[in-house]
Amino acid sequence: MLKTWFRRLSGTDLIMYAIGVTVTIAIIWGSLATLASGKYSLPQWQDLVVFGLAQGSIYALIALGYTLVYGILRMINFAHSEVFMSGPFTAYFVARALDQSGFLERSPVVGMLIVTAASMLTSLVIAILVERVAYRPLRNAPRLVPLITAIGASYALQYVFRGLYGSGVERYPELAIFKGEWFLAGVRVLRTQAVVIVAAIALMAVLYVFVMLSKTGKAMRAVSEDKDAAALMGIDVDRIIATTFAVGGALAGAAGILYVLIFGQVQFYMGFVPGIKAFTAAVLGGIGNVPGAMVGGLFLGVFESVGPSLFLDGLGIPAPYQLKDVIAFAMLVLFLIFRPSGILGERLATKKA
Amino acid sequence: MRSYSAPVWQMALKLGLIGGAVAALLALIGMVEVFNQRAIIGGVISMGQTFLGLAVLLSAYAAARRAGTQTRSTALLAGAVAGAAVGLVIGGLALLMAAWPDLRTILINASPTLLALLTFGQAAPVALAIWIVAGGLLGAATGALLLLTPAVRSAILAALGAVVLVGVLADLLRLITSAWGVIGQALRWMFAGRGLSVAGALVVAAVVVLIGVLRQRGLPKLQPAAGRRSPRQTLLSLAISLAILALLPPVLGTYMSEVLDQVGLYVLMGLGLNIVVGFAGLLDLGYVGFYAIGAYMMGLLTSPELGFFNLSWWAALPIVLAVTILSGVVLGIPVLKVRGDYLAIITLGFGEMIRYLALSNALDPYTGGPQGVQLIAKPTIGSFVFDDVTKLYYLLLAGCLLTGFIAIRLRDSRLGRAWMAMREDEDVAQAIGINLVSTKLLAFATGAAFAGLSGAIFAAKIGAAYPQSFHLLVSINVLALIIVGGMGSIPGVIVGALALVGLPELLREFAEFRLLVYGVVLVVMMLYRPEGLLPSEAARREMHEDENVTEESALAQPAEPAIQLERTAT
Repeated sequence: MLKTWFRRLSGTDLIMYAIGVTVTIAIIWGSLATLASGKYSLPQWQDLVVFGLAQGSIYALIALGYTLVYGILRMINFAHSEVFMSGPFTAYFVARALDQSGFLERSPVVGMLIVTAASMLTSLVIAILVERVAYRPLRNAPRLVPLITAIGASYALQYVFRGLYGSGVERYPELAIFKGEWFLAGVRVLRTQAVVIVAAIALMAVLYVFVMLSKTGKAMRAVSEDKDAAALMGIDVDRIIATTFAVGGALAGAAGILYVLIFGQVQFYMGFVPGIKAFTAAVLGGIGNVPGAMVGGLFLGVFESVGPSLFLDGLGIPAPYQLKDVIAFAMLVLFLIFRPSGILGERLATKKA
Repeated sequence: MRSYSAPVWQMALKLGLIGGAVAALLALIGMVEVFNQRAIIGGVISMGQTFLGLAVLLSAYAAARRAGTQTRSTALLAGAVAGAAVGLVIGGLALLMAAWPDLRTILINASPTLLALLTFGQAAPVALAIWIVAGGLLGAATGALLLLTPAVRSAILAALGAVVLVGVLADLLRLITSAWGVIGQALRWMFAGRGLSVAGALVVAAVVVLIGVLRQRGLPKLQPAAGRRSPRQTLLSLAISLAILALLPPVLGTYMSEVLDQVGLYVLMGLGLNIVVGFAGLLDLGYVGFYAIGAYMMGLLTSPELGFFNLSWWAALPIVLAVTILSGVVLGIPVLKVRGDYLAIITLGFGEMIRYLALSNALDPYTGGPQGVQLIAKPTIGSFVFDDVTKLYYLLLAGCLLTGFIAIRLRDSRLGRAWMAMREDEDVAQAIGINLVSTKLLAFATGAAFAGLSGAIFAAKIGAAYPQSFHLLVSINVLALIIVGGMGSIPGVIVGALALVGLPELLREFAEFRLLVYGVVLVVMMLYRPEGLLPSEAARREMHEDENVTEESALAQPAEPAIQLERTAT
């Protein structure tokens, strides 16, 4: 018994453990070295953490779209990053029109709510459209097939929007009420960051209540448990799946506006990196798990914001901030390999995949 | 039949509106306008107009198909309604654009040129009427096409298709034939403007119809029946095709050689990814990483700019291949237990990590950071230097032939069968004694080696390695060409590369819409022809598994998976 275990271990597992141990040692070593050098002051760390939380709450909102769809269809909706892009890119024109008419200056809150609604609506429509065209006809196809259509749909959408609105970077009008900063218990928080974090948490709470308490939410959970049984209980499975895509899309549209609050600009390629990060967040939290996506998003946001300075600076790597995305991808890979169940999830990567 | 007429026209209307929406989208993303510069028949119809016409044609065809042909009037009616609906949407778009010129500040392609194109220079309401009537007539004609006998129908469709294809490439054909002296002079009447002349179009159509008629009579078989050739015949045809391939660059000129080089690079990568995705069923989206490693290793070993080794290209090649193979194994080990879409995401992560590392300053002394590596050595044989596209073509050709040969031999080997068994079902494959670890790693390593070779040649071709060249899009392109050709099919890789890399290079207007078309092609192929254009036997069976089960067709019987697995085991 022990002998066979040992023989198995000596193969690839050993290399895997070696990789894991090396990464852990490098992280600890780098962190200690950075902290010992005292290169960053406490307010700087606080800034990084707050920025990470704001970024992470956006990731969390997008991650919910991945997780909801994965929970029901057991597929990665690769086109979700483009659903996220479509909302704020389209809503930009609404914002511009409101800005030109002076409405956005006069009542910025109502104006931004209108812009957000436009963004959510666009993303919702695109999400439903993608489901209808690229996924629904392939419900029972081999596993690779919907993944490939998803990649295809993602590129098609990106370049449709590039064709429609152009390839330039568009800057959203800046609003006075989002300028400035607050101090909470001595920690500096930019207004935009505060708005982003609060709005994201509010939306997530609404979603949680919707999934847990509403009749549609119950139907969604039933379909994710067992499609056939749900259909026998009188649930219109296709409609519930479309609803799931719609909810994920609306959240992505809202996340898009929050993204704009922080970064201020939109373009056709803006979805790719946040999309992949949000997917990472969904995996971190345990894909298919709604609270997991929220935890994973916040965790990833902070990790990649603090990470470059904390782990890499101490190792003497020049310009560590350039490697921010490498850290996020490395997290994704390490989590998928060592703990595919995520922080709060069940084990899925090998069994159901 | 009267009771069915309401649903029929509703269905036709719906299809027409969808077709019209697609046509309007094509117009608004700028495709119609851009392709309007390319004539199909000079002065008569452009490619942009053909897109709009195709929307009518396809919607009407689909509607007439669904309406059925029991009664003549339903097919005609359905076609007409669908066609008119397409016309309604396009005309409506023209009306909207005419009424609201500011649309252009949002949708950048809603330009006056497009408006003029959509309205034929008339007032918008007149144009709307023209569109509806013309759409209806064209739709009805399409419906009528369904009522013809299949032979006539296919002759008409083939003739139309050939005219469009030759017309699209007319520009290029003229360029090529003009270099041929007397023949070029003799063919000049066929072209007009940037397309065919009317006479040229008629001749092309007539030739295609004639070939169709001859083939139907069964007189001259253009292609001998495959699979029953003697070794001598095979050798002969191989020699002839080699001679043709070797003669291509001088005949086609520099520009086409450049296109062929591109195709060659993608064939090399496609053959490699085909082993990983097509044979072994491991969806690898980070394939570009190995291409990058190949190119950067070549830079590291040969470039005097970095000044480490200054080897010659040939001396560096074995080391480059060894390193890419090693990287294939190293990146393969962590993902051994991961399947399906998770594998795709992890490999995508690897590919992006490699690119970000190359782009960052962290590895500056080895990769040159954002500026990349320059002065990479060109391969030489004696005093012959592969320094321009026509010469590199031969290097690529040799590379493609070699890797193609290896890929074919691997496919038919014990290892190839193990890959395919693993692709069909990992658990069963393991149960019959296939070592999953080594089989998977060999797939990753072989694929990586092919990509490494491709990267090494690419580095020699441009003499440099820039991080921008190794974008995720390269992986997607390679994946798309494998899928279009047919997963697991070696001739499919070549067809896919020609269609997705070669054709867009020929249509330069296309460049802007290339990725859009790739995306659409991926979706459409998966929806309507998941096995690809030139499918391998196994893929065809796998993709149509369900249909075979339900139809219990006789064809599926001799190819039961169980039999195949037994063969693999013995």
